[in-house]
Amino acid sequence: MAQEFKIKVNGREQAVNADADTPLIYVLMNDLELKGPRFGCGLAQCGSCSVLADGVEIRSCQTPISDVGARAITTLEGLPALYAQQKKLAKAPDLHPLSQAFIDQQAMHCGYCYNGQTVKGAELLAKNPSPSEAQIREHMNGHICRCGTYPRILASIQAAGAKMSKEG
Amino acid sequence: MDDATSFSHAPADGVTNLSRRGLLKGGGAMIIGFSLSSPAKAQVARGAKAGPPDYQAVDTWIAIHADNTATIYTGKCELGQGNQTGLLQVAAEELDFGMHQVRTIRLDTNITPDQQATSSSSSIHRGAPALRAAAAQARQELLARAAVKLSVQPGSLTVRDGVVSVKGENNFRAVTYGELLGDKPFNVKYTGVAPLKPASQYRLVGQRPPRVDIPEKAAGKYTHMQHLRVPGMLHGRVVLPRGQRGFGVGAQPVSVDESSIAHIAGAKVIRRGDFVGVVAEREWDAVKAARDLKVVWREGPDLGTNATVHERMRKDKTVDTQIASKGDPAGMMQKAAFVRGSSYFCPYQAHVPFAPNCALADPTGEQLVIRSSTQDVYSSRAQVAEVLDIAPEKVRLQYFEGSGTFGRSCYEDATQAAAIMATATGKPVRVQYMRWDEHGWDNYGPAHLAEVRAGVDEQGNIIAYEYDGWQHGWTITSTVSDSARAKPGAERASGSGSILVNPISTGSMYKIANRRVTSHAAPMANYLRGAALRSPLDLSFAFASEQTMDELATALKMDPLEFRRRNIGDERWLDVLNAAAKTANWRPKVMGAELSSAEVVTGRGIALGTHHVSYGAAVAEIEVNKRTGVIVAKRLYGAMDCGLTVNPALVENQMVGQMTQSTSRVLKEEVTFDNKGVTSLDWSTYQVLRMAEHPEIVPVVVQRLEEPSTGAGEEVMGATAAAIANAFFDATGHRMRQFPMTPERVKAVLNGRPT
Repeated sequence: MAQEFKIKVNGREQAVNADADTPLIYVLMNDLELKGPRFGCGLAQCGSCSVLADGVEIRSCQTPISDVGARAITTLEGLPALYAQQKKLAKAPDLHPLSQAFIDQQAMHCGYCYNGQTVKGAELLAKNPSPSEAQIREHMNGHICRCGTYPRILASIQAAGAKMSKEG
Repeated sequence: MDDATSFSHAPADGVTNLSRRGLLKGGGAMIIGFSLSSPAKAQVARGAKAGPPDYQAVDTWIAIHADNTATIYTGKCELGQGNQTGLLQVAAEELDFGMHQVRTIRLDTNITPDQQATSSSSSIHRGAPALRAAAAQARQELLARAAVKLSVQPGSLTVRDGVVSVKGENNFRAVTYGELLGDKPFNVKYTGVAPLKPASQYRLVGQRPPRVDIPEKAAGKYTHMQHLRVPGMLHGRVVLPRGQRGFGVGAQPVSVDESSIAHIAGAKVIRRGDFVGVVAEREWDAVKAARDLKVVWREGPDLGTNATVHERMRKDKTVDTQIASKGDPAGMMQKAAFVRGSSYFCPYQAHVPFAPNCALADPTGEQLVIRSSTQDVYSSRAQVAEVLDIAPEKVRLQYFEGSGTFGRSCYEDATQAAAIMATATGKPVRVQYMRWDEHGWDNYGPAHLAEVRAGVDEQGNIIAYEYDGWQHGWTITSTVSDSARAKPGAERASGSGSILVNPISTGSMYKIANRRVTSHAAPMANYLRGAALRSPLDLSFAFASEQTMDELATALKMDPLEFRRRNIGDERWLDVLNAAAKTANWRPKVMGAELSSAEVVTGRGIALGTHHVSYGAAVAEIEVNKRTGVIVAKRLYGAMDCGLTVNPALVENQMVGQMTQSTSRVLKEEVTFDNKGVTSLDWSTYQVLRMAEHPEIVPVVVQRLEEPSTGAGEEVMGATAAAIANAFFDATGHRMRQFPMTPERVKAVLNGRPT
């Protein structure tokens, strides 16, 4: 039976009605009409639906709405504001530095997996803006890119990290 | 951008349009409504009736707007390959517009011309010439009008960024395209004979403007098919057995127990023929209903397994086609100094787009409006019409990009399923395939068996070559159409749209006086569904043929690069080979001559390959762990000549994708099945290359400004797969005759027990 849940998404509390077992992805896509998190496998295998929960990447396709609790959910849309908060910037940039790096590197093809690539990459860079190549490869290994743009994802994370380090 | 149509500012004129309601709500999921901005209002007639529009009208291709911009109407869709950017470059070049002044719109059967499928890397190769000619003619028309307006001869005019002025006057007298035509039609017949700009005067073509679709994709604002929603919409799911049965059996329900989903309020079963689907207002309810619905499916006959499929094809009654027949290869084989040959075993592989296919059908207007990620809107329209038994003009197909599809994945199925369920309910229905549907009911790239034999003389000249290849044909119909019409489905074993052994990938790059290539087509019944998968079978052909070439070089104790140089018959093949070798800093060597006893060994390999056009070469550097059997491709160098490269950055990016995907396919990917059906149903059971193992890739474009443009979306994949296989021999002294080159197969080969 549908019941009301209050979840915090991108800094705003949202009330949604859903069955308790509804995976968070469907709430984010259909009820909150977000374009970042998107369905890929429903099995937590591909990383398409990734969001941050208190800064930690989770798979929203395998997270029932009833398990979200008080955790602050950040989607692709909320990354610039989260970045501003992490860096103590007065104003959120238009794009997270990693999104900008993806443009600079002309990285994606279809771009569908880039929700997960961005969320997961941003998670890493928030902890470590100068990750080694090996650390990036390991951290990103759960995110499939069927178009095969991995080399440019790697380069983009390195470039974004370098820029973030400069910004202090 | 004044509209939500992602890479275009221009709205999809006519009946429906996209508003930013979703964005205004702070969200972003796309809601379809009405929102006509000025260019659209001016051309509201465009799109009011079913297409295709008149191919022979300049207005079909180009609209000039009052704000001195243009909308370019192409019949080729953006699949993430960047073709909209390339096509805009071609049109802007001929029009003398800047890139910022041109845009495309999504494909729409009420609006855009029918340029057939966006397949076979044809966007620039076959899609651009008509557009280029129309743009040249449009420029000519505009200059004629400008000449009258400025009272000068057309020959004294020059154009920059859509501003026409008199040469040498420094814009003293000037008029813009927008002022000359401003949202009015040209009303001129397309002639195709307007003079084209010579390559020496190109300002945009050959340059590297950035992709027009990337900024929105990076920002998460791009509208993928999967994002679309309309008011009053139901969510639909197909109901299929987990994993397809043999072709011809399809999905036939013996019984459907509708009471089994009674616990899901509002969920409803939709049936048409053998088709079974479910709809519900909430998406999760539709997912659960598809999962819980009890269906007894008819079992098919024994399908064998993926391990026995090659021998089955070899024994099958095949339709044989001589692809090449020259000289006396069998006789000359007797006279060769060395003969090398083997059987090669290549797997079924799957398209499996990262996002399962999705479509949305809306039956509430005059036409049944369907949005989907089809690679061919007009063909999909015809197929939907056939399934529903209505006139094609009653259907309007609008293209929205999904995730990379790489050929005929399940997009026709999703399109037809949405159409069936929308028609049955009278409401808009959005269908998305589940992961196991997409993996399990794909039209796979068929398995292939090759028997290759080739001989050389003492000097290293290839004097005889024989290639026998077995595979089955491609399906014409979709699973959903087969089910809905309760028909077994049709296959295509010969002629256009079928798969035969590709002569270009089987030795034709070499001067070989005695050569036979034979294609053996098995009947499709009781194999898996087949269709074109990016670079169809080229990995298989190159894997078999180019390893044979390397074996001959090794027998001659010759460097494989030198061996190929000696035998190549065409300077364009030679140039890509040399470009790849030079970039890789190739050091001449006899393959496998420097074996190491270390646990982890390295090797380098080189190979040629292509699809039907263009030229591809690759060098691979790999690492093999002899204990674990794991191969890691460390570095790949690729070279491609696709004639005039409109945008080298686009081709380089395509090459990165091709070479990564080819690595995945030659090392990891295999559709598995047991006697009942397909068992590789997700990313765990169907492994693909991941971030930890991806190679560094160095792509090189061989630019040829004076040659016609040919395809660039798949032509370096075969060479890549074969270069990796050749590098394995260099590293270990053993040959892999089967791919994917999984750890188990590698260990078996290294232990002298190939599977």
